Amino acid sequence: MPLQLREFHPFQAAGRRFVYLVPSAAVFALDDTASAVVDALDRGPRTRSQLVDELSNRFGRSELEETVSELLGARTIGEAVDGTEPLSRNLPPVPFPLTTLVLNVTNKCNLSCTYCYEYGEDRIVDTRDGKQPAFMSEETARQSVELMLRESGSNKVAHLTFFGGETLLNFPVLKSTIAYARRRAAEMGKEVDFSLTTNGTLLRPEIIEFLAENRVGVTISIDGPREIQDQFRVFHDGTGSYDVVAPRIRELLRRHRTRPIGARVTLTSTTSDIRRIFRHLTGEIGFWEVGFAPVTASPNRLYAIDEPGFDHVLAQFRELAGEFLDYAIADRHHGFSNVRDTLEEIHKGASKAYPCGAGLGLLGVSTGGDVALCHRFAGSDAHKLGSVGDGIDRRAQSDFLARNHIADKTDCSKCWARPLCAGGCYHEAYTRYGATTHPNLHYCEWIRGWTDTCLQIYGEISERNPKFLKQFDEPGGL
Amino acid sequence: MKHLKSVNRKAAMVEQDLEPKGNPQEGDVVALQQGPPQQPQQSPHFPLGCSLQFDPGWEVDSSGGTAGLCQPVERDLFDCHTGCYWPAQVPDQLNHAPDWTGKCAAAQKDWRKIDLIFP
Repeated sequence: MPLQLREFHPFQAAGRRFVYLVPSAAVFALDDTASAVVDALDRGPRTRSQLVDELSNRFGRSELEETVSELLGARTIGEAVDGTEPLSRNLPPVPFPLTTLVLNVTNKCNLSCTYCYEYGEDRIVDTRDGKQPAFMSEETARQSVELMLRESGSNKVAHLTFFGGETLLNFPVLKSTIAYARRRAAEMGKEVDFSLTTNGTLLRPEIIEFLAENRVGVTISIDGPREIQDQFRVFHDGTGSYDVVAPRIRELLRRHRTRPIGARVTLTSTTSDIRRIFRHLTGEIGFWEVGFAPVTASPNRLYAIDEPGFDHVLAQFRELAGEFLDYAIADRHHGFSNVRDTLEEIHKGASKAYPCGAGLGLLGVSTGGDVALCHRFAGSDAHKLGSVGDGIDRRAQSDFLARNHIADKTDCSKCWARPLCAGGCYHEAYTRYGATTHPNLHYCEWIRGWTDTCLQIYGEISERNPKFLKQFDEPGGL
Repeated sequence: MKHLKSVNRKAAMVEQDLEPKGNPQEGDVVALQQGPPQQPQQSPHFPLGCSLQFDPGWEVDSSGGTAGLCQPVERDLFDCHTGCYWPAQVPDQLNHAPDWTGKCAAAQKDWRKIDLIFP
């Protein structure tokens, strides 16, 4: 039986050759013999004896035999088969323990960011005239906490995230819910980790004090220096928000030292200088880390990033990632969290059947108490997975998981980046293509380019400063 | 591994899985052993082709007959049908085929009257 290459992505780093195996997501470095075998099979299938004969002028026969066995064992090569093997379709066990619950404590916002998925032209939930209340009641929030603790299975720690609208518009409920969740968790021998996302406009001193004292993780939505921030992140009258949020964020960073505080930047077609945004937010404002995400929008929006736009973003990501690498070699912290997150997934060897935990270990709750896939779908009847009062709708959940498995995404079946991407964000897919089951084909090239860059960085670090990767062995990873 | 170096954690798991097993007793059949378990730390190993798997072919010997088997199927048919499932896979009396051996008064003589049963 002739041998042939199996599915993998080859890359080079630090003068060595590596393979990223699909679907196992294992990363192996190849020596010269293994490289030669892979190169030979790249020219076409060969039997084991043909391979050994062909390469015996360069390597010893027993060495070649040994190498072929190792490559076979690691499934880098395999016996030639006709057609493609179907992707394995293992559905997760139900009930799957809940690790994170996201509460939309309000769907009101004091900003009018033009690109907002919640209020803008591409919104899913009717936030103005819909049936969801503007604010989550204390009762609904408590029911949510009960649901979270009840469904957390044997997990010792549950994560509760507050979201909006502008989360801090409902600070009273947030405050009482944290106290309630702490008490209830303690009674059950569990712990709760709290976090929230805010636009920073309402960070008053007493709120900052509360967040610091209660070790609440904070993510700030901010787009960069004044002229970039004020382009989209505006108040209802159109004035920019930079001058309001910057001093408040500085005060938060000065006072709140119990958790690393990150910025989350939304990239649009007009964003041209990612390094400048990064410098501003880390160096000048003082964020511990900065994560970038392209705006979610249907393709005809002016601010949506088109294909050349993605190329441009990728080029700049690569520059900044190069900087991350230099820092990592020198054992220094660099706050470009997009690299860090991807390195962690590569290190652990994540091979995903689903793009994210939505509908699985993570669920969102609308202001009215409907349970949904995630906070982005919370309040939409079409994506309802139960309610905090009645519990999780297991049938709807199982049905969702059965329909959205990677094995059914035909477009992904030939892509080497699928262990990490798995088709991409459900909400993005729903906005672009009208279905969560649809892979996000508009950013495939970008995902592959970015994954390749991160693999190279991972390979470089593994050769030049392997102890840097130890941090990803610890649970939590930060 | 000498020619591949595992780099990430998943690769280390693959490598560990491929390591030659040090203990020669590993993979031994424990189900039929007498006395206290000799491999207390390991889960039992089931031999391939046992009746936990659907593996036709165990019921005939190398010549295609049954006479050479240690327990010819026609002799221990009732044992397998009623009390025990070993060594041949035959329909069980308890749940699925209560009347299977109804026309078979003496197995040595009447075994041809026993028909096939499809699950």
